[in-house]
Amino acid sequence: MPLLEISEPGESPPPHGRRLAAGIDLGTSNSLVATVRNGISVVLNDGEGRALLPSAVRYRTDCTVQVGYEALAEQARDPGNTIVSVKRLMGRGLRDVAYVENLPYRFVDAPGMVRLRTAAGVKSPVEVSAEILKALRSRAEAALGGALEGAVVTVPAYFDDAQRQATKDAAQLAGLNVLRLLNEPTAAAIAYGLDNASEGIYAVYDLGGGTFDFSVLRLSRGVFEVLATGGDAALGGDDFDHRVFCWAVERSALAPLSAQDTRLLLVHAREAREELTAHTEARLEAALSSGEMVGVVLTQRELWDMTAHLVAKTLQSAKRALRDAGLRASDVKGVVMVGGATRMPHVQRAVAELFSQAPLNNLDPDKVVALGAAIQANALAGNRASGEDWLLLDVIPLSLGVETVGGLAEKIVPRNTTIPAARAQEFTTFRDGQTAMAIHVVQGERERVADCRSLARFELRGIPPMTAGAARIRVTFQVDADGLLSVSAREASTGVEAAVTVKPSYGLTDGEVTQMLRDSFEHAKDDLLARALREQQVAAQAMLGTVESALAADADLLDAGERVRLREALEELRRLACGSDHRAMRASIEALNRLTEPFAARRMDRSVQRALAGRRVEELK
Amino acid sequence: MAITLTESAATHVANFLARRGKGVGLRLGVRTSGCSGLAYKLEYADDVNPEDRTFESHGVKLVVDPKSLAYLDGTELDFTREGLNEGFRFNNPNVKAQCGCGESFNV
Repeated sequence: MPLLEISEPGESPPPHGRRLAAGIDLGTSNSLVATVRNGISVVLNDGEGRALLPSAVRYRTDCTVQVGYEALAEQARDPGNTIVSVKRLMGRGLRDVAYVENLPYRFVDAPGMVRLRTAAGVKSPVEVSAEILKALRSRAEAALGGALEGAVVTVPAYFDDAQRQATKDAAQLAGLNVLRLLNEPTAAAIAYGLDNASEGIYAVYDLGGGTFDFSVLRLSRGVFEVLATGGDAALGGDDFDHRVFCWAVERSALAPLSAQDTRLLLVHAREAREELTAHTEARLEAALSSGEMVGVVLTQRELWDMTAHLVAKTLQSAKRALRDAGLRASDVKGVVMVGGATRMPHVQRAVAELFSQAPLNNLDPDKVVALGAAIQANALAGNRASGEDWLLLDVIPLSLGVETVGGLAEKIVPRNTTIPAARAQEFTTFRDGQTAMAIHVVQGERERVADCRSLARFELRGIPPMTAGAARIRVTFQVDADGLLSVSAREASTGVEAAVTVKPSYGLTDGEVTQMLRDSFEHAKDDLLARALREQQVAAQAMLGTVESALAADADLLDAGERVRLREALEELRRLACGSDHRAMRASIEALNRLTEPFAARRMDRSVQRALAGRRVEELK
Repeated sequence: MAITLTESAATHVANFLARRGKGVGLRLGVRTSGCSGLAYKLEYADDVNPEDRTFESHGVKLVVDPKSLAYLDGTELDFTREGLNEGFRFNNPNVKAQCGCGESFNV
């Protein structure tokens, strides 16, 4: 028998009508899951009352998997099979991974994303992340007493398409319906209720265990836009602990420590550092394996002094991000603090000084991202009354583009672009005197239009007759916050315009999206070949047309021998243009091009002479 | 008769109300729907209507409309945990049958 929760007035769901949704903070060191319950966003603890799930996965030879604290406990004994910080590998090739030589894993370079050889076989970062997500999903389902309708998973604001897609794939692999990927700083802002009737610039200062991220967001009409991100991928709370550790080693005049003692002392350094958040002094005690005893007292003041340079570094990154966004610290309306290390009073004070205001810190900085994701998930699952403001931040699941000559798809808005988005590209006419252009809007990842989904067709008429390639037609794609696409085309010289509105996601199920993506990977090679072929065919037709019309106009500029050679070359290209050898076609186009160079030069001279005939030199100045 | 909260339920409701930052108490009610005819309503109460009956239990104000009261009289609302799951449960002496889920019932 399920247990009931309290709803907002008038919003009691029908029996069995509550849609279970969760927000997931998939972190580098730790992950969390949260949900909205009794109208309040709460983090869900595990059976032992722990909120954090260490982002660690251990693969064993019997193919079983340990996740979280269990895995972390074995890390020292089995480093090669215990994957930590897998987030750094998401959507990354071997070449993109920083400090790859320092990592204890057996990497397998694979096209696209790096793979890891473990006791249970070769695993991709997506599979490793899926294990973490599975653990969080089963925690949430146990806590909510039912299957999850969907989840919002957070990603760093700077994650690119590949990293976002990898995160989404991991969630799908874990059996989660991804309602949305949400930027971490945006989630933190939502947790503070900044989406409700707030407008303006907000900053998110996120000092985690191993990374520092600083984001500048602009909120207008319910949409968060990331204006700039900055930070330091190698600066976090761990560096503060390390400073304390070094200080303790110096103070106690310790000989170089074993790996085990180093770990032990680091743990105590961390505890001392955390204690100094609320106390003015902390005692750091440890019994080393050598039998030596460490016992030192660290004051708050000493900690602040020895780590002031680290805090200063974060402020430099913050200032740089502000500068990138063209803003001053005084433009920021509120600063959200994220990450456990922001609890340190000297960090709080430094941030407060930079922005001349007290940062927002009344929510647990370790949980704030998950709490915001849960609020978003609850809204997206449909648990809020209609009429309430929807916060829509989505990504485009498949690329949007137009058909170009030869049946090729030219992508204008790439897949995973966050919406709302606007992108424009210029196209031109293909034939001399062309006065209309058909615009065919397509969606998909494949190179050929025939393999993509057709969304809409419309025509731009009234283009003034010009030589091929002279008209400038700007095609603009705009996707609004509801995922509605409008496409407009405008010819620059006359200003003639045409437009159409379509809903790109209409009728496309997740299954179809998955199939289309799978197809695009499977057919990537065929598609490239097909594209190369079509491109050469188009180039060949254009070349044939140009030479034919030049011959029709100015054949008298060529002697008989030249004319024969040119005719032969034309025939050769015409024959190849019907075939499927794009390399031969290209060679033939180039040959014809070289052969016509002197002809083109003579035609140029003639047209210049004609233009100048009967005019005086002074007129030409 | 009256409607009451267990001490555990009262503690949680008071805590949720404080975190929500507004509301005078808890509204309990029934409405027709669900697989067994009637369904419970459990909502934050921001207002008390003139016809409402109110009760006080462990310092928490309970608000019930008169129609619902007929079905709820004598009910005790409890807060329980089942494994990781937690939430409220109606212990309603009027219930003759309920669907397996407990979200709907008849009298």
